[in-house]
Parts: sequence; structure tokens; C-alpha cells
Amino acid sequence: MTNANLPRRSWVQRWHVKGIGWTALMVLLLIGSSKMTDVNVGMFFSNLDQFADLIVRMSNPAWDYLSVIIQPLIETIQMAILGTTIGTVFAIPFALLAAGNLVHNKFLRGFDRLVLDLVRTLPDLLLAAIFVAIFGIGSTAGVITLAIFSFGMISKLFYEVIETIDMGPLEAMESVGASKITIIWYAVLPQIMNQFVSYFLYTLEINVRASTVLGYLGAGGIGVYLQRSLNEFNYGATAVIILATIVVVLIIDGISNHLRRVLL
Amino acid sequence: MDEHLATFLRGAYEMEQAPIISFKHVSKVYSNGTVGLKDIDFSIPKGQFLVVVGLSGSGKSTLMRTINRMHEVTEGEVYVENEAVSAYKGRSLRTLRRRIGMIFQNFNLINRSSVEKNVLSGRVSYYPTWKSVMGLFSAEDKQKAVASLNRVNMSEKIYARADELSGGQQQRVAIARTLMQDPKIILADEPIASLDPLTTKTVMDILKRLNQEDGLTVIVNLHSVELAREYADRIVGLRAGELVYDEPISAVTEADLNKIYQAI
Ligand SMILES: Nc1ncnc2c1ncn2[C@@H]1O[C@H](COP(=O)(O)OP(=O)(O)OP(=O)(O)O)[C@@H](O)[C@H]1O
Ligand SMILES: [Mg+2]
Repeated sequence: MTNANLPRRSWVQRWHVKGIGWTALMVLLLIGSSKMTDVNVGMFFSNLDQFADLIVRMSNPAWDYLSVIIQPLIETIQMAILGTTIGTVFAIPFALLAAGNLVHNKFLRGFDRLVLDLVRTLPDLLLAAIFVAIFGIGSTAGVITLAIFSFGMISKLFYEVIETIDMGPLEAMESVGASKITIIWYAVLPQIMNQFVSYFLYTLEINVRASTVLGYLGAGGIGVYLQRSLNEFNYGATAVIILATIVVVLIIDGISNHLRRVLL
Repeated sequence: MDEHLATFLRGAYEMEQAPIISFKHVSKVYSNGTVGLKDIDFSIPKGQFLVVVGLSGSGKSTLMRTINRMHEVTEGEVYVENEAVSAYKGRSLRTLRRRIGMIFQNFNLINRSSVEKNVLSGRVSYYPTWKSVMGLFSAEDKQKAVASLNRVNMSEKIYARADELSGGQQQRVAIARTLMQDPKIILADEPIASLDPLTTKTVMDILKRLNQEDGLTVIVNLHSVELAREYADRIVGLRAGELVYDEPISAVTEADLNKIYQAI
């Protein structure tokens, strides 16, 4: 038996024209855009010595600074937890309304998704700058920024999970005469709870990292101290802040990764 | 006195004979143009064990779902206990559905929840939404859940998770859930299609017992001609959405049934 009865591949398929074409196009675009934006790769290498200089100056961590930054580190974590939680609470109803398998009203769903899309287009750094301007320097601005960011991210992740659930239990609950909310509670939530928690933790991870950067804009937490130490050329303190932040982020990531593995 | 008694007896007789479900020239065209049902016109007396047979796509599921208004009809009217089902809305529609239990091919239990919670979920239409959501079921209803599980021989699995059970066990739990509704009618849409022969018999026997002991009207969609002949009081056949066969079991012949299953 030969494969004589297989259809012949066209020359486009035989020579992988599509794959090669796309790759070539990508490379061209990359070169073109770096030309246009004046990215100078050479500068990256020629300035490496400055980088090395910074490293040398930071290689003397001022460990006694650690006691100063414990409090702002805790504040950073609190900001992340609070922001993620607030964002999630608001995301849940929006995610339910955006799910095509729960809401059949196209206009309601479309409007809801439009709102979510708009929220997601807002850059978090811009939000932080605005809220620092409104609420002044401090964690309030950070929490609100993180809440809005989490809201946009979680509502999308959540409604995509909701759209994958098994509709059978919903049909069964509908047939026993359950109300909409009861149906969601009994037939939808148990199916998505684990993934919800997993996405919550994932967003929390991102927010812990993001909140250190946001603090740099004055939105509270460890970032404020990072900025101050850099401005004062206090590189010993900078080193401690960076190391401590890395450790905290690693710990949070570890805990959340572990929990998510257990859940899924 | 005789006159009164006669009137009473006649009344009782008529009530006994009054159909619990009637289809009056019911047609259903799906929004994509598929004809689901075509001019269905027949009645089902109270306490009957009706089996609906027909090829895949002949409209058995559609017919069943017009009774509890999981599907809307496009023409004609379905009456349940002499009330047009199209008249029900919102809360009253839920109380209509409460009177009609439904059993599915895929059982449609909430997999991640316990057997007890699944069974209690059949009772939610008797509670306000907030009580259902909080799980505030009365002691009587918890007792009733045990009793329902006892009727299907599943009470020892009350604390197991639904997805730990075999298919036949899950279908028995689904029947227990339906019993919590105190239904007058049971609709079973190919309840045994994913079960082996032995569990098939168990499940069909339970349905027959509910029909004979509790006087429930039972409507079962089946693909198996032998099972139809073994359990039915009456067999109706559908083909391409039309009622092409309707005989009491005493008049059903093998040849008739084979004809329904011959695609034309
Ligand atoms: N939601 C829907 N939208 C459009 N057409 C549908 C829909 N549901 C069912 N149909 C069509 O209606 C017809 C009847 O379907 P139905 O599910 O009632 O058949 P059935 O007899 O239950 O078949 P099976 O034995 O495979 O379950 C089929 O042609 C089917 O494709
Ligand atoms: Mg079907």
C-alpha cells in the first residue's frame, strides 16, 4: 500500500510559503520600527559600564534600613490584597452579565462588554498618576488604581471561564423552578469557584509586583521609599529595598502558585 | 341522594379521565428555520406511563420541553392541568415547573456538590431565593431528602460528591432530586441512554414504581423498542416533528414500531 490515495499538497503547502512569509514580514517590521523609533542597540552595550557602576554602588546594602521598610512592604501587600478584592467584588456581577451563555439579551451583554473593554484600555500608570493627583500621595490612590486594574482583568478572565461551563446543571435547576440567582448559586458557582480563586490569586501576584511600581508614582507602599532612596543617591538603601521586594514577591508567588496547584 | 351521588361519581370519573397534559395543534419552528414539531395534537391522561419513540432528530426532546416551557411553541398551545402553559410568567412559571420533574440523559447533577445538596436543590422553588442561597432548608425537608434517597436506594451515599458516583447512581440521585419537587408529572429524556442494561432496568423500574405507587404521570423518551414495550401504557411515535403513531400498549405490534424506525 502506498499513499497514492492521499490528496497532493499544493506547492504553497509543500514549501511552507505561509510560515516563511510571515517570519520574513515580522523581521522586516522589527527592523523598520527600530529604525523609525531611533532605538540604538549600540547604546545599550556602550552604557553597560554605568550599569556596572550602579551595581557596585549597590553592592553595599544598608541592612539596618530593613527595619524602616518593613512597614511599607506590609502596606504594599495590603494595598494589593485590598485592591484585588475590591476589583473582584465589582467584577463578579459584570462577568456574569458578560457571559453569553447566561445573558441572552445582546444589548445588555454588548454594553457590559464595552464597559469592560474600555476599563481595560486604561493604563494602570496613568490611573495611578490621576489618583495621586486627586487623593494626594498615599495608599488610597494605589488601592483604587489596583482595584480598577483588577476589575478589568478579572471580569474578562471570569466571563471566559463562565462561558465554558457545562450547561446541563443549569437546565436541571431551571426545570425544578429555581430563580435566576438560585440557578447561578447552585449550578454556576460550584463549577467555576476553583478557577475564580485561582485567577484571583494570579491577579494578586501581578498586583503585588505592580504596586511596587505604582508606589514610585506616589501611590503608597514600598515604591515611595524606592524613589526616595534613588533621589538621595542612597544606593545602599536601594539595594535593600530591591532585595526585600524580590523576596516578598517570590514568597507571594510561591504561596499563590501552591494554592492554585492545589485548587486545579 | 342517588342524584347527588351520581353527580359526584360522574364528576370524579371525569376528573380521573381529564387529561393532565394536552397538545392543541402545537408547532415549533426553531429560530434557524428547523422544524421541531408539526401540528402535534393529542392528550395524556393523568397517571399514564407514556413512551415517546422516534429517530434522532424527530423532535422527542423538543416535545418534552414544551410541556415545562423550557422551549416556547410557535403555534398552538400546550395545556397542563387545563391551564395554558404560555400564560405562565416569572414566579408562576416557576411553580408550573415545580409540578413537573425532569430527568436527563446526562443526569445534570452539580458534580462538585454533595449528593445531599443536589437532592435539596430540587426543593428550592419552595423557598425564597435568599433562603435557597444560604442553604436554609427546614429540618422536614432535610428529612425528606433522606426519604427521597431511600426511595432510590441511595441514602448511604448522601455525603458523597456527585462526581464520585457511577452513571446509574447519578441518575438515581437525579430522580431523588426530582422527587423533592413533589411533582405530578415526570419527564424523562432518554434517561437510560448512557447506562448499562442492568442499571437501565433499575432506573426504569423506579420510574414505573413512581407511576404505579404515587400515581405520577410519566413521559419517557426512549430509543429502545423493547424497553418501550416493556414499560409503556401507551406509545407515541414521532417522525420529523409529526405524530405518526399513537397506540395503547395492547395494540402495539413489533411491525408498527419497526416502521417508526425506518427512515423514509
Ligand atoms: N436549539 C435548537 N436550535 C435549532 N434547531 C434545533 C435546536 N434543538 C433541536 N433542534 C432541531 O430540532 C429537531 C428536533 O430535535 P430534538 O432534539 O427534539 O430531537 P430528538 O428526537 O430529541 O433527537 P435525539 O434522539 O437525538 O435526542 C432536530 O432537527 C434538531 O436538529
Ligand atoms: Mg433528544
